[in-house]
Amino acid sequence: MSEPAQTERDSFARVEAGMKRRRAAERRFRFFGKCAVGLGLGFLVILFVSIVGNGYSAFWQTRITLDVAIDEAIVDPAGTRDPAVLRAADYGALIKQSLREMFPDVSGRRNRFALYGLVSNGANFDLRDRVLADPSLIGGKLSLSVAADDDVDMLMKGHIDRDAPEADRRIKDNQLAWIDALEADDRLHSAFNLDFFGNGDSRDPELAGIRGALMGSIYTLFVTLGLSFPLAVAAAVYLEEFAPKNRWTDLIEVNINNLAAVPSIVFGLLGLAVFINFFTLPRSAPIVGGLVLTLMTLPTIIIASRAALKSVPPSIREGALGVGASPMQAVMYHVLPLALPGMLTGTIIGMAQALGETAPLLMIGMVAFIADVPTGVFDPSTALPVQIYLWADSPERAYVEKTSAAIIVLLLFLAAMNALAVLLRRRFERRW
Amino acid sequence: MEAQASRFMAENPEQTPARRRPTEADAATYDREHRGTVGELRSEVPRMRCTRVNVHYGDKHAIRDVSLDVGKNEVLAMIGPSGCGKSTFLRCLNRMNDTVVGCRVSGEILLDGKDIMASDVDVVPLRARVGMVFQKPNPFPKSIFENVAFGPRIHGLAQSHAELEEIVVSSLQKANLWDEVKDRLAHPGTGLSGGQQQRLCIARAIAIQPEVILMDEPCSALDPISTAKIEQLIDELRRNFSICIVTHSMQQAARVSQRTAYFHLGDLIEVGDTDRIFVKPQHQLTEDYITGRFG
Repeated sequence: MSEPAQTERDSFARVEAGMKRRRAAERRFRFFGKCAVGLGLGFLVILFVSIVGNGYSAFWQTRITLDVAIDEAIVDPAGTRDPAVLRAADYGALIKQSLREMFPDVSGRRNRFALYGLVSNGANFDLRDRVLADPSLIGGKLSLSVAADDDVDMLMKGHIDRDAPEADRRIKDNQLAWIDALEADDRLHSAFNLDFFGNGDSRDPELAGIRGALMGSIYTLFVTLGLSFPLAVAAAVYLEEFAPKNRWTDLIEVNINNLAAVPSIVFGLLGLAVFINFFTLPRSAPIVGGLVLTLMTLPTIIIASRAALKSVPPSIREGALGVGASPMQAVMYHVLPLALPGMLTGTIIGMAQALGETAPLLMIGMVAFIADVPTGVFDPSTALPVQIYLWADSPERAYVEKTSAAIIVLLLFLAAMNALAVLLRRRFERRW
Repeated sequence: MEAQASRFMAENPEQTPARRRPTEADAATYDREHRGTVGELRSEVPRMRCTRVNVHYGDKHAIRDVSLDVGKNEVLAMIGPSGCGKSTFLRCLNRMNDTVVGCRVSGEILLDGKDIMASDVDVVPLRARVGMVFQKPNPFPKSIFENVAFGPRIHGLAQSHAELEEIVVSSLQKANLWDEVKDRLAHPGTGLSGGQQQRLCIARAIAIQPEVILMDEPCSALDPISTAKIEQLIDELRRNFSICIVTHSMQQAARVSQRTAYFHLGDLIEVGDTDRIFVKPQHQLTEDYITGRFG
């Protein structure tokens, strides 16, 4: 009678002996999991710290306060106050004059040039806008805060080493002395860089802004979303709910899955050949970018939408058909609302892909230097990732922080899009 | 059919297809090999009349030559072992099998004397006349009100919102659910208990005033108390509708139905008054099933 008890105890002992190994394996596995998550988070933190650390300073800009005497003889010699005359006047001369007055002992062509170089070229336009807005300023004196040149800005932000040999510095000794004098006179300020959000691209870093690229991206995504979402949802609903299951639909399904894996530059070439060369749509325009990105995101959204439709329980369809709904009504009233959250998730993944896509945009000319902010989908423009690429390629020191700042804007845009998707999803999500 | 016959032959080698097995326990008139329906397959006042209905799933012959009537104001129970084709047959009656890929139905099914199998028949109004309640309660993930209002709304049965409300209330009342949900019509239908959900599905089906209601094992997912409520409801609904119910429970068939049909491996074996079938089955297979010898 002890025989079964004996074997029972034996097997317990064996289980007990094995437990140690099993627990160790479990602990090991958990440790690896934690390591993986930790590593991922670590890299993310490094990424964010590096980008924000490099980029945050671009949101501030050094400005110089000048006392500008608006000389009627220069601005409006005839005294007509005609806007055309006012617009064409030489405001640069006024700025230069004000600088010369501030530092009267600067002499010689070369030195004067160095002095004028402290102030951004954009100062002329600031002054012009002020005068055009209020012609009564003519003849008076105006205290005007203008953007400093990017080298001055870099010096103030500590990116130029004062102690380096003069030949290695972009700011020379005499300029250093003037800057110190301006600072002592409390004429140097750091202010929020409105130009960065208000301007398009520029050759002068202190005037270069993200607005052109941002608007370009928004228009492009607008076109992409407007075309790809309805097309993809319609395609997915038809393939999943109505199409007969045969060799043709299988072939279509395989090809859609393959399309999702086609390198994006190929879509760019296609866009160049078809939309620009054949349909003669304008080059560099968001409409073409949007069309190309639509082709690229369509398969992604179709696949996600079909998965979402598949996950709707068939009992819902049967219930609707059972009370005499037509297949169309069953889909519209019951299946689609349940599948919508999944479709939105797929759409937002596709849109995020489209937002970050650079290669196809290079092919259709959205890589050009475009200083104007686009006002429609047919205007030439760039997009955020292309702008990042362009700035990263520029030699001036000031573009380093601009590049990081543009990346921050891109990431914020992405985060805003995702937040919107989460919001929409929560709004539509229902359990069954 | 040949294969099946030979299978039964193998079990009873001494038997021949023509002769009944001579044992004293056997009260049935027809032996196990008899195929072809026995009993009263026609009703005096038919609502639906099926003649030689065959169903194929791909190569599989799922239903063979079934002829059967559904009478007015009667509950017809369909019983039989799993896979015998009773649900498949039920789904022919409102052409729900159309939605199944690879399923072919042939034969004649008349609803009030008109063939519903004709190719020019629109299934949408047909399903409004022949409603369906499924095995698993499947309320829409919407409010209780919307669940019931969906059918009347898509069919345009209500001219105004007040009329729609009236339909919803009376349907819920007929489904014996009104008292339980009258304070929470805006709550989701999926939040109800299983039995309540099934009654909601019944309310949804009767809201469009069908002539026939098909029920596919409506109580198989429910506890005994909910089952009792549904059975009572079925009995009440009989006054206004014809009801076909597929069930695995012979007790349930005996309790709720007036006529019973026994299916076996795609054949309709026996049909008759429920009282008669359960007391004195004529076919040996029916007797085997209801006495619990298999199934």
